[in-house]
Amino acid sequence: MSDYRISHIAALEAEAIFIFREVAATCQRPVLLFSGGKDSIVMLHLAQKAFAPAPIPFPVMHVDTGQNFAEVIEYRDRRVAETGVQLLVASVQDAIDRGMVTEPPDGTRNRIQTPVLLEAAEKYQFDALFGGARRDEEKARAKERVFSFRDDFGQWDPKNQRPELWNLYNGRVHPGEQIRVFPLSNWTELDVWRYIGAEDIPLPDVYFASEREVVDRGGMLYAVNEFIRPREGEEVFSEKIRYRTVGDATLTAGVRSDATTIDEIIDEVAATRITERGATRGDDKTSEAAMEDRKREGYF
Amino acid sequence: MTDTLTSREDTHELLRFATAGSVDDGKSTLIGRLLFDSKALFDDQWDAVEAVSAGRGDEYTDLALLTDGLRSEREQGITIDVAYRYFSTPERKFIIADTPGHIQYTRNMVTGASTADLALILVDARKGLVEQSRRHAFLCSLLRVPHMVLCVNKMDLVDYDEAVFKKIENEFKAFATKLEVPDLTVIPISALKGDNVVNRSENMPWFQGPSLLHHLEKVHIASDRNLVDVRFPVQHVIRPHSNDNHDFRGYAGQVASGVMKPGDEVMVLPSGFTSRIASIETADGPLEEAFPPLSVTVRLEDELDVSRGDMLCRPGNQARVSQDIEAMVCWMDESRPLKLRGKYAIKHTTADVRAIVKDVQYQLDVNTLHRDEAATELKLNEIGRVTLRTTKPLLCDDYRRNRATGGFIIIDESDNRTVGAGIIV
Ligand SMILES: Nc1nc2c(ncn2[C@@H]2O[C@H](COP(=O)(O)OP(=O)(O)O)[C@@H](O)[C@H]2O)c(=O)[nH]1
Repeated sequence: MSDYRISHIAALEAEAIFIFREVAATCQRPVLLFSGGKDSIVMLHLAQKAFAPAPIPFPVMHVDTGQNFAEVIEYRDRRVAETGVQLLVASVQDAIDRGMVTEPPDGTRNRIQTPVLLEAAEKYQFDALFGGARRDEEKARAKERVFSFRDDFGQWDPKNQRPELWNLYNGRVHPGEQIRVFPLSNWTELDVWRYIGAEDIPLPDVYFASEREVVDRGGMLYAVNEFIRPREGEEVFSEKIRYRTVGDATLTAGVRSDATTIDEIIDEVAATRITERGATRGDDKTSEAAMEDRKREGYF
Repeated sequence: MTDTLTSREDTHELLRFATAGSVDDGKSTLIGRLLFDSKALFDDQWDAVEAVSAGRGDEYTDLALLTDGLRSEREQGITIDVAYRYFSTPERKFIIADTPGHIQYTRNMVTGASTADLALILVDARKGLVEQSRRHAFLCSLLRVPHMVLCVNKMDLVDYDEAVFKKIENEFKAFATKLEVPDLTVIPISALKGDNVVNRSENMPWFQGPSLLHHLEKVHIASDRNLVDVRFPVQHVIRPHSNDNHDFRGYAGQVASGVMKPGDEVMVLPSGFTSRIASIETADGPLEEAFPPLSVTVRLEDELDVSRGDMLCRPGNQARVSQDIEAMVCWMDESRPLKLRGKYAIKHTTADVRAIVKDVQYQLDVNTLHRDEAATELKLNEIGRVTLRTTKPLLCDDYRRNRATGGFIIIDESDNRTVGAGIIV
């Protein structure tokens, strides 16, 4: 460090820590969205580093579709216990039971997560919600601000975003409005994996390759589990796969892989030719503009 | 997989650059090519673009489609907002702020340039410099982007003619001497054909300079930071209130400039009290020195009353403490202009203050650099020199000396929108 240079990973970490602190210092009621997925795991890790040796000064919230990988939920609960952070769960199942949302006929719950998230935000009066989204994920994300303003309905208006200059983030809101905050905006998938490796952050097992019973749907490999049952005429076969993202267990596909360590994953990711979403998120394939539409509705 | 080791090492430096050009100069094509040739593109992204291109009946796959973002933009065939793109090479990681070049979007250019280490300005070799090229260059110099690259694009359409290039280069250099452009490089390219983008072009043996990517990888940016003037805006006070850390009181922040070490004497602004740095803490343990852009937590030897918005400096090298601010302001709001005697909120480093516009000295025509001294307001995308009086002193420096302590944003308190950006002069 004698020439005062730092690696880009260290620069990204410094930026993320700055963002966490800025929110804690200026917003009334922040919350960190925490699903147990790798991006939110990195977020929790960064939040811990930002305030050490003090505890994280805000709670975490899981918008729980009820369709989870069991390992991920175990991991979530373990991390919450270790960090001592408060966990809030906004349950999609509960919202369905109450009639607040209707389960779509295909059983996927990604879209109905949005009203559940917005309801919880209103109930707890959160004015800043940290999300782990990255701009490299998708075209509409490339234009998202680090501090992204949402109106009373939680909606994103891409034509009416606050200009963001230097590191001067404007987190001012009126009651009922929110800021979505994305400390990992400038990270790529590879940066996230490298950081996990460099910091030695433990992950749920689903991120590592293992032999699983799978079905092939349109070129995507879905592990057979309590949510994904083989359909008529579908062949079940055994394949070594791992997950690049772990969202809703009914929607998330695995990728063929031999990687059983972080270093092996990094090597695979560095060599990969398909985007994370393209490879594993059934929900984004639907249309070119799918993500943009969901964000306008208030999705993360 | 020969480079498995290098792919794991995170020794890349980060370079942020902003791109600017008029519509159709080939900016999207150039960015598409950089992403494509550096393999930052994934097969599914490429397939989607190929499909759209083929569907439209294009003769070749339109690289520009790669960077077309939002639906409203696709419909109008234009880019309306700053978009960020990422790619890396074994040398560096790059963040591109892709800013649209239309006249009404000076705002976006200023936004993109505010964090850029380098600005890349495109011109069409057939058209030469246009009004917008000059405006882009001016804005980048105003925002003090340390490095500028002029890419003369579409050289394939002028037979790779050296004379065409030289004429544009000379004209631009003549203009740039009127601005303060610390480092200028001019490169003839064809974004479409790839000449001088990643590899040196065989079609232009007369050009001795580097390819664009080579320049982006090698340009020296480490010394662009201000490592002289210690400025540490306090962001947040960390006090754990736990038994283990009962007496811990640390000042969290990101080093804006200068190098700080334990034992250094520091002065707290605005109070003027002095103390010494007891330690510089991070979650990974204490540091022997802190410098930009590290986020750290500073502990002082003495118990002082320090809070968010205060600043640590050296007693012999202090920031200016002033309520009377002279600034160049770029107005960014379409609904209401900046008005004489208007009242606004200001965010500067980690401080929030309020300010009144005491004077609009002139509005600057960014094309001719002519000053209109009769102006009393600034409309969207207009730039002018104003005098502000703040409710509390700003702890600041001239922007030309310190980008981190010389810039501020202006917020309309009625709707909380960011309506302007200011540069302290
Ligand atoms: N012949 C030639 N055409 C180019 C070159 N670069 C871009 N173009 C074409 O110029 C047009 C505008 O390019 P585009 O990248 O969309 O411009 P933008 O508006 O600046 O983003 C497209 O038809 C491109 O194919 C070049 O180097 N040579």
